[in-house]
Amino acid sequence: MTTILGLPANVVYFTAGIYALLALATIVVLFMRWRNPGERYAELMARTDSWWWMIGAFTLAILLNQTVAIVFLGLIAYLALKEYLSLVPTRRIDREVLLFAYLAIPLQFYWAAIDWYNMFIVFIPVWMFLFFPALMALRGQTQGFLRAVGTLSWGLMMTVYTLSHMAWLLVSGDRINPIAGGVGLLFFLVVLTQFNDVAQYCWGKPLGRHKVTPNVSPKKTWEGLIGGIATTTLVAGLVGPYLTPMDWRWSALAGAILGVSGFLGDITMSAMKRDLGVKDTGGLIPGHGGILDRVDSLTYAAPVFVHFIRYFYFP
Amino acid sequence: MSKNPFTRLLRFLFFAVVVRAVILIALGLTVRHRERLPKDGPAVLAGNHNSNLDALAIMSLMPLRLLPKLRPVAAMDYFFTSSIRGWFATNIIGIIPVKRGSGKEGGNPLALAEEALRRGEILVLFPEGTRGEPETFKQFRKGIGHLAHALPKVPVVPIFMYGLGKALPKGSALLVPFNVTVSVGEPLYGTKSYNEFVDELEASMTALAADEKLPVWE
Repeated sequence: MTTILGLPANVVYFTAGIYALLALATIVVLFMRWRNPGERYAELMARTDSWWWMIGAFTLAILLNQTVAIVFLGLIAYLALKEYLSLVPTRRIDREVLLFAYLAIPLQFYWAAIDWYNMFIVFIPVWMFLFFPALMALRGQTQGFLRAVGTLSWGLMMTVYTLSHMAWLLVSGDRINPIAGGVGLLFFLVVLTQFNDVAQYCWGKPLGRHKVTPNVSPKKTWEGLIGGIATTTLVAGLVGPYLTPMDWRWSALAGAILGVSGFLGDITMSAMKRDLGVKDTGGLIPGHGGILDRVDSLTYAAPVFVHFIRYFYFP
Repeated sequence: MSKNPFTRLLRFLFFAVVVRAVILIALGLTVRHRERLPKDGPAVLAGNHNSNLDALAIMSLMPLRLLPKLRPVAAMDYFFTSSIRGWFATNIIGIIPVKRGSGKEGGNPLALAEEALRRGEILVLFPEGTRGEPETFKQFRKGIGHLAHALPKVPVVPIFMYGLGKALPKGSALLVPFNVTVSVGEPLYGTKSYNEFVDELEASMTALAADEKLPVWE
């Protein structure tokens, strides 16, 4: 593996490519705003600004070193869980229980960091799943018990568990990916999933006519979905051979899988927001909403991609 | 508040580093209508009161350049129970003490607050008078009405907060992370009678709360 500053060379070129694409997108948005001043493009501008911050923080943290990268990914999971627990109905009696839920985050990311797959994969769906209902039962309040157990279990799975797959991929990916390491696999997963969100938006905005899920996410159209997945499949086929152990065919298939699972994560989170009666999950990222609004597609794409690559490429 | 440069530096560091770090990492504020906050003193920031963190959260909304002017109005009997607590409240938090109940004896409990406003300072005040049950309103006290009536040119900005009573409620020392929603209302002025002003403020606060979709907490 050729390296630049201790990083796989392909990852460095890919990162440069991301920044070039971002710079190009920024110029296009600035041009659109210059042609059509006023409020119309204010949100798009805020979104683009936020992309610079997010891509800046992500690339810096992931490329600095593995420990920083894992702490950074853990922080994203923490912010996501905090946002979730602040949105859903909770019981006063569970205040201290929720503190334990936060403590599950460093443990789960620690299992990923030491590459203890068996513990990593059962810790939340088995141990935490059993622990919290028992703790709530021992505390003695049965009113609202089922709702409290249900919302907490789903929340831990949807935020901490799913997102921690990014950390596991980063650590264990080194074993199977001589050309670009775990970093290459993580970049492939995260960048293409986020790219797919943007691609769906860019296809859907001008061409979208037929709604996919009018009751859940009325802005999602078949035109956007198909155009987005096709674009992601194409880009994945082009970059996959340089970032992952997959050839262009498998890479393209992985891209299609990321596109579909990203879409499913997005509408799942939308269904939750609809149920709670909120438009955004928070206000952390200007133009995007909360952190859950940004990582919603990753909550599905990360575990699906990890198990895809694990099944076909891990010994 | 102390004039000692060392204590002033401590106060600055406390707000610039500790308070901001806790608010950013452990809480996380979503602020609506930030542009309605006053750009300078004198002004009154009137919040609903659920937690010991309320005053710190409101103070963190203002730029650090205005920190020397920011003064929370707080009950003497709560803070001056020990000398360390009193020192911290006076010099680091920078409170203006109110003697609860002194109005009934014919004095003006908010005399020091009024003086501070005349000096151009920005008060952080909780019209409910005390932290109530988490995330519920208590009836507003009349003090704020008297203050606004005495200084009708000073804007009183209602600030509705949700979430701090879950993060650190009355009677608990354990902080549990929760996101906080802060909604800033239009400034009000005490040009009418003090009773009318209190009603107006209460109505504004209730309207800010009604605009938010708040999760059940029971």
